[in-house]
Amino acid sequence: MVAAHMNIHEYQAKQLFDKYGVATPKGIVASTAEEAGKAARDIGGEGLVVKAQIHAGGRGKGTFKNGFKGGVHVINTPEEAQDIAGKMLGQTLVTHQTGPDGKLVSKVLIAKSVDIKKEYYFAVLFDRSASCHSIIASTEGGMNIEEVAEKTPEKIIKTRVHPTLGLQSYQCRKIAAALGLTGPLMNQAVKLFTAVYNMYVKTDCSLVEINPLAVTTDGQLVALDAKFNFDDNALYRQADVVAMRDKTEEDPREVAASEYNLNYIGLDGNIACLVNGAGLAMATMDIIKHHGGEPANFLDVGGGASREQVAAAFKIILGDPNVQGILVNIFGGIMDCKVIADGIIAAAQETGLNLPLVVRLEGNNVDAGKATLTSSGLAITSADDINDAAAKIVGAVKKAA
Amino acid sequence: MAILVETDTRILIQGITGDFGSRHAKASIDYGTALVAGVTPGKGGQTFEHNGKKVPIFDTVEQAARETGATVSAIFVPPPFAADAILECVDAQLDLAVAITEGIPVNDMIKVKSAMCHSKTRLIGPNCPGVVTPGRGEKSHGGCRIGIAPGYIHKRGNIGVVSRSGTLTYEAVFQLTSRGYGQSTCVGIGGDPVNGTNHLDVLKMFNDDPETDGIIMIGEIGGSAEVDAARWAKENCKKPIAAFIAGATAPAGRRMGHAGAIIGGADDTAAAKKRIIAECGIAVSETPADMAVTLLKHMGKL
Repeated sequence: MVAAHMNIHEYQAKQLFDKYGVATPKGIVASTAEEAGKAARDIGGEGLVVKAQIHAGGRGKGTFKNGFKGGVHVINTPEEAQDIAGKMLGQTLVTHQTGPDGKLVSKVLIAKSVDIKKEYYFAVLFDRSASCHSIIASTEGGMNIEEVAEKTPEKIIKTRVHPTLGLQSYQCRKIAAALGLTGPLMNQAVKLFTAVYNMYVKTDCSLVEINPLAVTTDGQLVALDAKFNFDDNALYRQADVVAMRDKTEEDPREVAASEYNLNYIGLDGNIACLVNGAGLAMATMDIIKHHGGEPANFLDVGGGASREQVAAAFKIILGDPNVQGILVNIFGGIMDCKVIADGIIAAAQETGLNLPLVVRLEGNNVDAGKATLTSSGLAITSADDINDAAAKIVGAVKKAA
Repeated sequence: MAILVETDTRILIQGITGDFGSRHAKASIDYGTALVAGVTPGKGGQTFEHNGKKVPIFDTVEQAARETGATVSAIFVPPPFAADAILECVDAQLDLAVAITEGIPVNDMIKVKSAMCHSKTRLIGPNCPGVVTPGRGEKSHGGCRIGIAPGYIHKRGNIGVVSRSGTLTYEAVFQLTSRGYGQSTCVGIGGDPVNGTNHLDVLKMFNDDPETDGIIMIGEIGGSAEVDAARWAKENCKKPIAAFIAGATAPAGRRMGHAGAIIGGADDTAAAKKRIIAECGIAVSETPADMAVTLLKHMGKL
């Protein structure tokens, strides 16, 4: 099943680090230029960084729409911090990951920068092949870890964590030794690895990736940058994590869908689909492509597919300006196809639908459902099976173009 | 013969008084399934009634199994309580626990799976449509329906179906039945990354089942379960298999960060899976509309 992901900001990651005792350079988040100046004063000293807080990467090389260059700046005085923060806050930062629209910066992080002696990679993640959590570590920090794994697999250290025992100290020592973190660094490593693992488990993560993990010139082991993924299924018991969600960073269509318990992921094509069941939804996208079309979205309305959900799903689909046709594929099973047909008609009328709509219904009371669609007076094309449905919608969209 | 459950297997439902559980308890009774007990803590001694059939409710699975001889449980309890419900089946030494519940946290499931390692109980699911061994009556009435699948689309016969997806299972079953080919057993193993039974486990059971002549295996992107099953089948399976893998157009990287790919391997895309599966002598269905036809051709029936 495909699921949307919740991300958190860098400053929030730092807050989690602090809460769980993961060593990291001191940092303070600021929402105004004045706060930024005060934060720099509180941290003290020279060589601080001001970092724009958006979810996308590539901030350092990004450009603000007001012309200001760089979402990451090194500063030496509180006045400088205030000045730089003022140029970032309320402005839109465009990086190679944000797309041309960029992302609005509403917070900056002021943090102590450190002199790095060596960088490492350390991650805890859910290992589906072994049904447990695993640690991945490497001496090749700051790099793309996939490339490291491909080119120099011997530089990847994998450690499986027992599901009920958790990460043991001896495992941490083995990882530290393999990374060459010896002498006084070994104890720091055991402490940091254990803290990261505890944070990972207690907040129900599916990934915490620290890249880089760094040894500073003054001999401290610190987590510099981190990426978090959370287990969506566990969010019900992670109120603190949910509170970190920043909906302005998410695809508005996906936010709207999540409010109706719809599983939606926007894509680049022009044929929208509305399906019950994640597997069938993926398969429906596949068959649209097979017939030469391009799916505009993944949308699973779930097993229930109430009238309200179908209506909300239609609105979300139609909110995408690229959509030129809609395919509804429902295998009703126990659900009454007549009820589904009524929902589709209501949604089509409510939204003033004027795009080609092909509906494939199968299951309980299917004949009544099809009859309802036919007699609705709406321009709905009924299809007999998935193949027929995909061929019809692809044909209709091509004809209309 | 069938696999996992026969038409007379006695089942209980955990969460029988909930909205979801009661709806499907009724559908199973209507299908003619031997639903002999319900479990809802605090409601022991009450009775679940539907169409003249009375099903006793117990406080614990152990009591329900002891008093009624139930050997299989269908779990419909909400996610926060589901891991505990599965472990209660293990404690009661049931043969099979079928967890329908969607949304159980990964941290709960890895502990449950670890705890079940040497137990007598097999887990199917979670996040699955369940198991159906069709009956021999009209519209397959009289079968063993555990979970949420529509019973009437089935027909008793000789094709085994195993799938990670509910609605794709129904799709395959419907395609088979409407062409006159019935099913021995249909198993929804569920869409979660940590499950009790995988494709390979079910293929082995179908391979050993004298009633099963051919198999449809339905998978999707992510993980290596389908590929592992196909590699085993190449050397060991005596029966023709057709497979469909959903997700050829799914956007990459929406489920897990980059580090996941190191462990998942490069073989978990739909294209890679299809290629490997085909190399193992399994007929690959290009679209979800052709699952039954692909198997029937592979069996020389079309």
